[in-house]
Amino acid sequence: MTTKSFGVVGRPRRRVDGRAKVTGQTKFADDLSFPRMLHCRLLRSSVPHGRIVSMDTAKAEALDGVHLVLTGEHFPVAYGILPVSHDEHALCRDVVRFVGDPVAAVVARDEATAEAAVNLIDVQYETLRTIASPAEALAHPEPRIHEYGDFGNVHKAVALQFGEVDDAIAGADHVFDDLFFFEGNTHLPLEQHATVAIKDPDGKLVVYSSTQTPHYLHRALAKALGLPAAHIRVVATPNGGGFGGKSDPFNHEVVAAFAALRLDRPVKICLNREEVFYCHRGRHPVLMRFRTGVSNDGKITGLDLQTLLDGGAYGSYGVASTFYTGALQTVTYDIPTYRFRGCRTFTNKPPCGPKRGHGTPQSRFGQEVQLDKIAEKLSIDPADLRLNIVQPPDSLTANFLRVRTIGLADCIRTVVERSGWRDKFRKLPHGKGVGLACSSYLSGAGLPINWNDLPHSGVQLKLDRSGGVTVFCGATEIGQGSDDVLVGLVAEVLGLEPFDIRAVTGDTDLTPVDLGSYSSRVTLMMGNAAIQAAERARELIAEGVSGKLGIPKDRLTFAERRVFDAEDPGKGCTFQEAVCMAEAKFGTLGTTGSYTPPRSPARFKGGGVGPSPTYSYTAAVVEVDVDPDTGWITVPRVWIAHDIGRALNPTLVRGQVEGGVYMGLGEALMEEQAFRRLPPTLSHAVVHKFPSMLEYKSPTSLDMPEVITDLIEHPDPAGPFGAKEVGQGPLLPIMPAVANAVYDAVGVRVDSIPVTPEKILRALEAKAAGKPARSGPTSFPDVPWPEVLRVTPPWAGGDGRASNDPDRPKNTRVDAGVEARAAKAAWEKSKS
Amino acid sequence: MTKLPLALTVNGEPAEALVDPAKTLLEVLREDLNLTGTKHGCELGECGACAVLVDGQPVLSCLLVAHECAGREVVTVEGLVDDGRLHPLQECFADLGGSQCGYCTPGILITAKALLDREPNPSRDLIREALSGNLCRCTGYQQIFDAVEAAAQRAREDQQ
Repeated sequence: MTTKSFGVVGRPRRRVDGRAKVTGQTKFADDLSFPRMLHCRLLRSSVPHGRIVSMDTAKAEALDGVHLVLTGEHFPVAYGILPVSHDEHALCRDVVRFVGDPVAAVVARDEATAEAAVNLIDVQYETLRTIASPAEALAHPEPRIHEYGDFGNVHKAVALQFGEVDDAIAGADHVFDDLFFFEGNTHLPLEQHATVAIKDPDGKLVVYSSTQTPHYLHRALAKALGLPAAHIRVVATPNGGGFGGKSDPFNHEVVAAFAALRLDRPVKICLNREEVFYCHRGRHPVLMRFRTGVSNDGKITGLDLQTLLDGGAYGSYGVASTFYTGALQTVTYDIPTYRFRGCRTFTNKPPCGPKRGHGTPQSRFGQEVQLDKIAEKLSIDPADLRLNIVQPPDSLTANFLRVRTIGLADCIRTVVERSGWRDKFRKLPHGKGVGLACSSYLSGAGLPINWNDLPHSGVQLKLDRSGGVTVFCGATEIGQGSDDVLVGLVAEVLGLEPFDIRAVTGDTDLTPVDLGSYSSRVTLMMGNAAIQAAERARELIAEGVSGKLGIPKDRLTFAERRVFDAEDPGKGCTFQEAVCMAEAKFGTLGTTGSYTPPRSPARFKGGGVGPSPTYSYTAAVVEVDVDPDTGWITVPRVWIAHDIGRALNPTLVRGQVEGGVYMGLGEALMEEQAFRRLPPTLSHAVVHKFPSMLEYKSPTSLDMPEVITDLIEHPDPAGPFGAKEVGQGPLLPIMPAVANAVYDAVGVRVDSIPVTPEKILRALEAKAAGKPARSGPTSFPDVPWPEVLRVTPPWAGGDGRASNDPDRPKNTRVDAGVEARAAKAAWEKSKS
Repeated sequence: MTKLPLALTVNGEPAEALVDPAKTLLEVLREDLNLTGTKHGCELGECGACAVLVDGQPVLSCLLVAHECAGREVVTVEGLVDDGRLHPLQECFADLGGSQCGYCTPGILITAKALLDREPNPSRDLIREALSGNLCRCTGYQQIFDAVEAAAQRAREDQQ
């Protein structure tokens, strides 16, 4: 069999679900309605930290139209997204941990009645000391927000070291020691979270929900409700934007499911916008300290990174988020020795979690701004500095991450050329500037959340005599175009048009498991599974056609809805006829495909965060205009180049790149999930500064600059037809590129995100007063770090394990050392 | 509250319902008339997702009491399809990536239609201005601008 050229892959085209979206026919969760449906509202805590002393629900229960009132008593079982942090109950049982923590629920005939009843519930709290920041969490181990975690109010503290970093930094020609802060921000999907739960006619539970991770919701519901997972069906409705914000199992999902089973009636809950802000699970605020040793020619000798994360009130993905702040620096640049220490504290604020880039944008900001400072000090152009230290392809990093193809150098050269960088950098008039930054990101997390040996993505294909093909996969459409990738790949393999194929996705009853739309994993993992299923189907069809038409199998081509002899294209049949031949030969046709990522050579604790089948790379140049009198900043233009491996549908790829630029600009310039403390007379509560779309500023069509996008296509052997991720990577370089451009424009460093006019003005004033021309953090608190786990880098003979891990496994495979040495040899070769 | 009869025209057809006087046009469209194409993102007039045309003018249906619309002509995203054919805006949004998650799309299509109805050949700046009340978190707006421009051109060609 041969595939002469691509029929679908690489062609810019309408996404398969495009028509539904532009006609308003896409059914989001809140668009669903069922006979006898009831409505649910939650009562949320008004205090940030307290013990529930009493709760009187009598008035609510007595209200006409109320069917059910639920409290923490009904939900004895804890759940959570990570196995190490099952710290949530659907409704709080005794302690509330942030303003917005749900304490009770009312199910009533309509939303207004439920809301009225919620307001009749009387809760008395005994307030506890509020922990509002990581500094307070470190200073006050008591009262503990949770009874678990590393110590006091520290959820997790980790320390990893790869090689003799202290010697490498001490022996460097220059040492740069910089502090950065990245304020939290939130996903702000246009669609508010909604769930409809039903007891189906068989008495089993069905949950329709705006979730990015139906598989994980399925698991959480089974645990929290004590039901067999096989008796629960979760259907992920298309998400009206996710960006990571719909990746946790949420209180309202568990509550609606419980109520539907109890009442035997459909129950709907839709959060209002204020609740979405309080649900959060967004970007962690992170304080960072980068100590970097650099040689005179701009090479990094060692990096010593500390990060301090404000985790909010629950675990969520926080342990992974913590590791991610330190995972991917080495994947981008050649860093031979490295120490990473990260600490996540609990605070009495909405829980932080994964937002586009998950844990990596914060330290990416610090690293890229520090590189700009290094380039300045060494009088090297920032583009050249980076080109000189790009991580080599097919290499293992100091922390045992395997880099495959890397198009970063091409990305840098492209944006330099396209932006006219050489004529602009340090050459524009005062007030105008350009800044450059780079990034890398996972094409899917190498390890599943629940460690097991099962595939990360499964695809099934059904074909029959109608010529119809249906593809089933648990992947979830959150706007990124996963249905289109799925259908497009199957169409490519079978020589069909995407619209010939029907996709059934995100339904735990009907579709094989896919872990969900997170970690930029869908195109690569689902895509590889889809190709495998489709190739198996093609094989069956080819057998049938070959037997019937007497054409050798290896000469059969699938294209243009036909199966034909490559050497005599007139000889063949329609796709439908071909399927009939195969069905006649084999009986009912169906195939499956699976994808499991390659095993990571990392064997140390914490080495599970960071591995990926391959990484995407991005470079961006941002142009800014800064008014030196007001600090007002505008961005007229952004050039961005993204190493996509291969663009399966360039229309969608471009949309992801530009959407990433947009969201990055929001984070860079204005978005803040910020809190304030009410005065003691008003309960001392820590409340969101502006939980509304009007005051939580995000860029509008008037703020959006021109974006010049280039796609760098070096097909990666790990990706489906060579494709890598694009959903998250392109956001990452934007924030540091903005800060670097501001420095180019007015000569001040804003070392904290967002880069606001106030901060620019403050730095300009400091500069005028002869102080450091900078706005940013000035100290990093003392963190009682755990003993550092020492891992020898691959080029020094390391086998991927920590030398001082007391739990060091004794009998694991030792192939890592062999792989590492081979990689080191390749690395040396590539450098010479 | 006592429900009162409401009669209006929706997408060219008469519609009647018994409606609580406190209900917004958005709620009546979605809950009483089962036209769920119109979305809600804030119900405070901040996001633009609920935009519909009332007597040809784009309005935020979450801020409009339904009974104020008695006897008026309302057009929602469901009303953009004409004689079985997608509106040029719909074709171009689908073809050019103007819609990703699709949640802001109905409001943006309606707002863009109002723009093209009054200005068949809008500049990009005018498009930016017209859509500045409609938030989109997915696209970065570029492909939306492209789609509106392409639709304007297609509509002009259709007229000729």
